[in-house]
Amino acid sequence: MANIHPYGCFTHAIVRGIPESFGKLAEGGEGAQADLAKAQRQMGVLTGTLRQKVGLQLIEIPADAQLPESWRIEDVAVIQGDTALITRPFKQQRRSEAEAVRRVMSELNLTVVEMGDEEGGSAGATLEGSDVLFTGKEFFVGISKHTNHRGAEVLADTFKDFAVSTVPVCGGSRLKNICSMGGPDTIIISQSEGAKKTLRMMEQLTDHHYDILSVAEDVAANCVYVRSPAKVDFLLHPTAEECPDSIPVFQRLTDYTLLPTACSEAFKQGGALSSLCLLINKKLGC
Amino acid sequence: MTTEVGTETDVKKEPEKVQEVQQQTDQPDKTSDGAAPANAEEHQQGSQSAEAPTEQEESPEPRSPTPAGEQKKEKGISRFLPPWLKRQKSQSQEKESESAAANVKDEEQEEKGIKETSEDQPAEVKEVTGEKSKPEEVQVEEKDREEQKSVGSADTQPVREETEGEPDEKHKQQVNAQETPSKLTKKMKMVVCHVTLLDGSQFTCDVEKRAKGQYLFFEVCKHLNLMEKDYFSLSFKDSADQRCWLDPTKEIKRQIRNSQWQFAFSVKFYPPDPSQLTEDITRYLLCLQLRQDIASGRLPCSFVTHALLGSYALQAELGDYDTEEHRVDYIADFQFAPNQTKELEEKVVELHKSHRGMTPAQADIQFLENAKKLSMYGVDLHHAKDSDGVDIMLGVCANGLLIYKDRLRINRFAWPKILKISYKRSNFYIKIRPGETEQFESSVGFKLPNHRAAKRVWKVCVEHHTFFRLTSPEQPTKTKFLTLGSKFRYSGRTQAQTRQASTLIDRPAPYFERTSSKRISRSLDGAPVVNVAGGDSMGVGENGPTLELNSDTKDLDKTQEDVLKHQASISELKRSFMEATPEPRPSQWEKRLTGSPATTLRLQVSGSLEEELTSLFLSKACFSGLTRSCSTTAAPVEGSKLSALPEDPQKTSPHPENDSRDGSKSSEVIPDVNGQMEVVEVLEETVVIEEVVKAKPKSPAPEVTTEIGTAPEVKEEQSLSSDSESEDEAEYHAQTPSASFCVQQIKEEPEEEEAELNQQAPPSDAEPIRETESSAIEEESSSAQPDEGISTEEVSMTPDEASNGHVLDTEDPPATEGEEPHIVNGNVSRVETERLPQVICCSEPPVVKTEMVTISDTFAAQKTEISTKEVPIVHTETKTITYEAAQLDGNGDGEPGVLMTAQTITSESLCTTTTTHITKTLKGGLSETRIEKRIVITGDSDIDHDQALAQAIKEAKEQHPDMSVTRVVVHKETELAEDED
Repeated sequence: MANIHPYGCFTHAIVRGIPESFGKLAEGGEGAQADLAKAQRQMGVLTGTLRQKVGLQLIEIPADAQLPESWRIEDVAVIQGDTALITRPFKQQRRSEAEAVRRVMSELNLTVVEMGDEEGGSAGATLEGSDVLFTGKEFFVGISKHTNHRGAEVLADTFKDFAVSTVPVCGGSRLKNICSMGGPDTIIISQSEGAKKTLRMMEQLTDHHYDILSVAEDVAANCVYVRSPAKVDFLLHPTAEECPDSIPVFQRLTDYTLLPTACSEAFKQGGALSSLCLLINKKLGC
Repeated sequence: MTTEVGTETDVKKEPEKVQEVQQQTDQPDKTSDGAAPANAEEHQQGSQSAEAPTEQEESPEPRSPTPAGEQKKEKGISRFLPPWLKRQKSQSQEKESESAAANVKDEEQEEKGIKETSEDQPAEVKEVTGEKSKPEEVQVEEKDREEQKSVGSADTQPVREETEGEPDEKHKQQVNAQETPSKLTKKMKMVVCHVTLLDGSQFTCDVEKRAKGQYLFFEVCKHLNLMEKDYFSLSFKDSADQRCWLDPTKEIKRQIRNSQWQFAFSVKFYPPDPSQLTEDITRYLLCLQLRQDIASGRLPCSFVTHALLGSYALQAELGDYDTEEHRVDYIADFQFAPNQTKELEEKVVELHKSHRGMTPAQADIQFLENAKKLSMYGVDLHHAKDSDGVDIMLGVCANGLLIYKDRLRINRFAWPKILKISYKRSNFYIKIRPGETEQFESSVGFKLPNHRAAKRVWKVCVEHHTFFRLTSPEQPTKTKFLTLGSKFRYSGRTQAQTRQASTLIDRPAPYFERTSSKRISRSLDGAPVVNVAGGDSMGVGENGPTLELNSDTKDLDKTQEDVLKHQASISELKRSFMEATPEPRPSQWEKRLTGSPATTLRLQVSGSLEEELTSLFLSKACFSGLTRSCSTTAAPVEGSKLSALPEDPQKTSPHPENDSRDGSKSSEVIPDVNGQMEVVEVLEETVVIEEVVKAKPKSPAPEVTTEIGTAPEVKEEQSLSSDSESEDEAEYHAQTPSASFCVQQIKEEPEEEEAELNQQAPPSDAEPIRETESSAIEEESSSAQPDEGISTEEVSMTPDEASNGHVLDTEDPPATEGEEPHIVNGNVSRVETERLPQVICCSEPPVVKTEMVTISDTFAAQKTEISTKEVPIVHTETKTITYEAAQLDGNGDGEPGVLMTAQTITSESLCTTTTTHITKTLKGGLSETRIEKRIVITGDSDIDHDQALAQAIKEAKEQHPDMSVTRVVVHKETELAEDED
């Protein structure tokens, strides 16, 4: 496909500011204890890294205090090539988060695909981007509390060129909590038993070969890999304080430019590095 | 073709060196030149030569001998030859066939398809396998081989395999011409076949009514000028509108049944890496197929991909975008997507403009490079349900089996993970290799909509596995004795082989027209793009991956769970089986010629249009009492194969105990008898043994007639009442507990059977036998027929109809190999030589028992039809039916037993009888004596063969009252029409 390229070629990143309501739940109530300032600081570091070190064009959607979980922007869209599927998060209250994102997508000339009528064929379908692992060659959709089979079907209908495999999410609340891409053919995955189980399933389902980077801490399993337009491999990963045991593993990636990026606040809220941004490739050919 | 001249010389040399070759060469001129040893020969050849011109329209070149031809001819001739002469032939036969094969190969280089010549195949396979990575080596080896074997062809070109072009039909025609004198008198019935090509055009072709699939296929390939044809095949729609692949090795007519002679030429195996195809024309055809797949929605892709692929298609067909010439609607004629929108068209045009300068071939390559990445590229989908009844899709592809639920992939079984593929009724099973953490193999079952669907998916799996995973096709039945279930195997070349062959393609890139543009494209790649030897992404192992591709007879009615439980033991059994197959062999056999008057049947030999070969095995086997112990509640379920086999009502009465005493006697030829004759049918085209089995409730000897004739239920009862002697049976019973779905099946299938029975049941005394047969047959025909083209064995063994003898082979009694040839017709002899090992197996109880080979005669129905309606036309139809008693010793331990004595007595008369006595010591000190009688009934169609057969059996029984008939193999050959190839 014109749009099949090795994973990791991105030109743009979309982030959304940390709202003052950070730490609250979309449906109301308090989540884990949150340090808003720290969270905002960490977000600032992340955006700075993406923009200045990695060299992506950054689009920042302003925070919306009405949407306490809107900073988890990864959940609301799945983007591949020039197609963006606006997802339907499990929480009803989160569905309005998509509006701003939709606008940005359109501005970027992406083809925006909706999940469809909530009463129609995809009724009951739920899908969150953090349950979707796109490897560049295929999709894995974690069937979790947040994402169901129908949601995965919609994804499959949207991205017809690719195989879409469903895997159970074991050992985490979302697929991306236990794994992420660490390179065009590399999957970083937690060493937890649940993650191993999920990994086995993925290995069973795939036609392709992936190198597996197994990390000790769950938090370390979620990284952001970007191959910059300048052909440099960047890996944003949690800091040594957050995942001391996994740092040596990352350091084995000698060709990479490692970018330790703190995300402890997001992690406390069930998020991760990748939750904070949507990555887009607007340049054909990578 | 370059070597035409060479070929001719080769052919000419042969006669000088090998006398016999003369007879077999079809070449008219040769015949006249050469000294014709016998009148008969002269006669025959004369007739052939007369015939030749008409048949040969398309092949002006001299015909060269093909193995097939030889066999055929010999068969025909042998009838007229004195025994001594025949014997001579038979002795030299092996050699001959080898050399012939070699020669044929040479010719094939220039000529074409190898497939039909069964004998060639093994050799070729070897070559390819061994040296696949090094073409040069291959050449060397080939040369060696040729020098050794081939009589006259020193200068063969190693390359021949690849050059399969057109000539196939020549071969076929030759074969046809050779078939028999009788043909002369009859006109060939021609049928017009319509083949829809990939560009949508129709190709019309006259084929002989009994032609095999490959004839038509090669015609089409010739028309298309396609050499890399192994990726393609012909398909047709069956009565249920399901697409079925035309088996090249089977008669077209029998596959399509009542459907139209309408076919579609399409891609069967989608090359995972199209850039490795050698020729542009091949890629072009693949593009056409993919465009079809995409437009029809079978190959889903995104908007972007539709646009991109569409733009490449435009570039390939129209060339550069031309502002003048190409207005907005210039693409109106193209369909790029199932739902083509204006937006898409605009996008296509936009992209088209960007391809400026790209040649058609380059555009095709780009098209394929993108298309191959689509996740559903080359995935053959089949509707099914999982064990929970949930709708899923099974996707068979180059890498393995994919399981989809809706659009989602929910599981995947790569070929290396799959140990065994089987189907039973409408269930399809795969056995999975245990993972690192697991200890046991597991099986996964799927429910297909019906039996045919199950079989279809099974076949597709077998084919894909072989094509993509193996280096060379499995040589199935030949080496393994009795395999359960269908003998179907993919007989064509594997991807590795076809690539190997493709490297050797040496022709200027062919011109071909791209459909709409009619532009002549000169392919860019005169030079092969790819190095074949290089491994591709698929990593074809060294034939290493072995997979059992069985349709299991045994587990017929078991639930999935049961299947799981028993599979291991079964495979174990099977393994031991195969391993156990002893090398019987000649040294041990004593042969004697004697007349045994008793068995002779008087039949008029007139024009001998029909020949029947009957082997009766009278065996008195002494078994240990253990066999008895197995109580048999023969499974009510017809499905259990064992139950079907053994019991006759009569049996019940006679008690097994006889055996014990016999032990002592056994050394002597004739021990004692269980009056029963147990019948197992072995029909050709065994596809699904399982199917057959249930159908085949044992029909005992003639006596049982009434019961047999009755409804299936009766059969069940029988099985219940009768005690099975074999342990296997017991085992089966255990396996058959699951009544629920069995019951259904019983209901359904019997109906079909009955219907067919009526039609087929012959009038005479023979009825009992026939009926049994027919019941089994029906089953098969009803369910399996559509696909019948399946058995690889045929292909490999014999090109022509005579080949059907293979069945025979399998079943053939061991003893007679040397002699039989003379007595019988040429084909038989041939069979024997090849089959020896198998034959031996027959004498081994354990073997037979466990794995009943049942071959269903798909042709049965047609056959009757033929005899009545089409009598004037001479076709050759071969049918082999084996009735077999359950073997006593069912342990399946595979212990061969020791052969104590064996003798063969042969008498000749109108009805030829060969009697072979074999005494063996079985495990446990028991001995068993078998008498094998081979009776050849020759006569024209007026003879009531059934009656004759019944008579023969009766006589045999009378002759040895104390023995039981354990097996009756009926090999029926009818000349219906000319060659099928």
